[in-house]
Amino acid sequence: MESFVHVCLAGISAGMFIWLVASGLTLIFGVLRVLNFAHGSFYMLGAYLCYTCLRFLGIDFWLGVIVGPLAVCVVGYVMERFLLRRVYDLELPYQLLLTFSMVLIFDELVKIIWGAGSIGSPSVPGLSGSLMIAGRNFPVYNLFIMIVGPLVAVGLWAFLERSWWGKIIRAAASDREMAAAIGVKVPSLYTAVFVIGAWLSAVGGALAVPYVGLLTTGMGEAIIINAFVVVVIGGLGSLKGAFLGALFIGLLSSFGTRYIPTLDMSLTFILMGVVLLWRPQGFFAGVDR
Amino acid sequence: MLEMDKINTYYGTSHVLQNVSLTVRAGQSVALLGRNGAGKTTTLRSIMGLTPPKTGAIRFEGTPIRGLPPYEVAKNGISYMPDDLRIFPDLTCEENLELARRVCKRPGYWTREKVEQLFPVLADRRKQKGLSFSGGEKKMLSLGRALMMNPSLVLLDEPSEGLAPLVVRKLVETIGEIRQHGLTLLLADQNLKFCKQVCEYGYILEKGIIVHEGSMEAIWANEEVVKRYLAV
Repeated sequence: MESFVHVCLAGISAGMFIWLVASGLTLIFGVLRVLNFAHGSFYMLGAYLCYTCLRFLGIDFWLGVIVGPLAVCVVGYVMERFLLRRVYDLELPYQLLLTFSMVLIFDELVKIIWGAGSIGSPSVPGLSGSLMIAGRNFPVYNLFIMIVGPLVAVGLWAFLERSWWGKIIRAAASDREMAAAIGVKVPSLYTAVFVIGAWLSAVGGALAVPYVGLLTTGMGEAIIINAFVVVVIGGLGSLKGAFLGALFIGLLSSFGTRYIPTLDMSLTFILMGVVLLWRPQGFFAGVDR
Repeated sequence: MLEMDKINTYYGTSHVLQNVSLTVRAGQSVALLGRNGAGKTTTLRSIMGLTPPKTGAIRFEGTPIRGLPPYEVAKNGISYMPDDLRIFPDLTCEENLELARRVCKRPGYWTREKVEQLFPVLADRRKQKGLSFSGGEKKMLSLGRALMMNPSLVLLDEPSEGLAPLVVRKLVETIGEIRQHGLTLLLADQNLKFCKQVCEYGYILEKGIIVHEGSMEAIWANEEVVKRYLAV
């Protein structure tokens, strides 16, 4: 029983990081119709930049969580404005090639700037302890992550449903041509949505600094694979699907690691295969945007 | 107000509009007539910048607008009701209307209240999502949305299509009301009788070429032209 509760908690907190990456990925796909392979790189950059803030600039972790992702927004802006914009009208393989090449470039840049080795990550002031839950210690920080994830989900939902900006985004996601015909400056909207998506992923990365223990250049790829599985299961473009999918994948890998360690990594892919065969459009495609 | 001078528009390699020239004067209501596939929709899309012409000139209130992206054309004061209406499906009726006004930022006579007075059913369905609307309601919403942009020129694609005769009669009245507020109209429609009731001047398109033009009365009276280009 103890271990069951803890496996659940671990799964949910892991799922929240996947959610932060998947939310941006699915938002960008929903509006720009571009699958951004480099989305995991924003997560990685968010983590490294946050780490740099607190280790080398000597600022507070929380300030790092704000500053790091803002720096990633600049990276996202440059990438959309000067690279992605050129391939919107080309066929899908060009978009995939471009975003995949960005993954390799970002990885190498990180190696050049921060070195190839992993760097140990610090503990967070105020949230470093652990709480006794179901007879065992559970890190307070992981509980905090379990609160942040749903808060971001609610915030994003409110933004898209209630604000005029959100309504413009939804209108353009369903019909970009008509949106342009009523006066929506679509290229700027694309940039804004891409930057918001990059920010979400980078916040995930920054918050992951104390969680993962080690920062590596592979962390971006590790999370983007899960995030892709999540958006495929949830339905491309669906935020609700991304949230539930991330939760599910988090739990599944957590239980997999605990109870069927030999299958561990493959479990999520088996699940994705089953979903694709059974419901190729995902569970929430077309339900919301 | 609007002058198109020898525009040529292509879909891929197919040459859809060939040297199309037309003029719409301020306050006028002009019809684009012709059979299915004659190029009426493409003409409207060319003006709007949705299918930009490769050559030719389009001037609107003296400003060259060929090659401008659709949102610039819209902000210059041209709004568009497409033939498939294109309601934003996951926005409510009210949001569809208000979004157009907020995005386009053109001040003027039309507000949501005014549009709801014109189409009371839109007030009844204010909080409902566009997807649940009937064809006629979608048409009113799409037209209302075009008005909310406070344009000086409205492009209407097939306004009378699919409407019952009684509703068409109502639409004729509505268009009359809209015109009282100084709007200029360019509409593409196959219904000659309807066009005669709402327009003063007409152009007939066939296979992407303007083959005839004249006052609507003259077109209506010219049996040969009607038979040759418009009879189905």
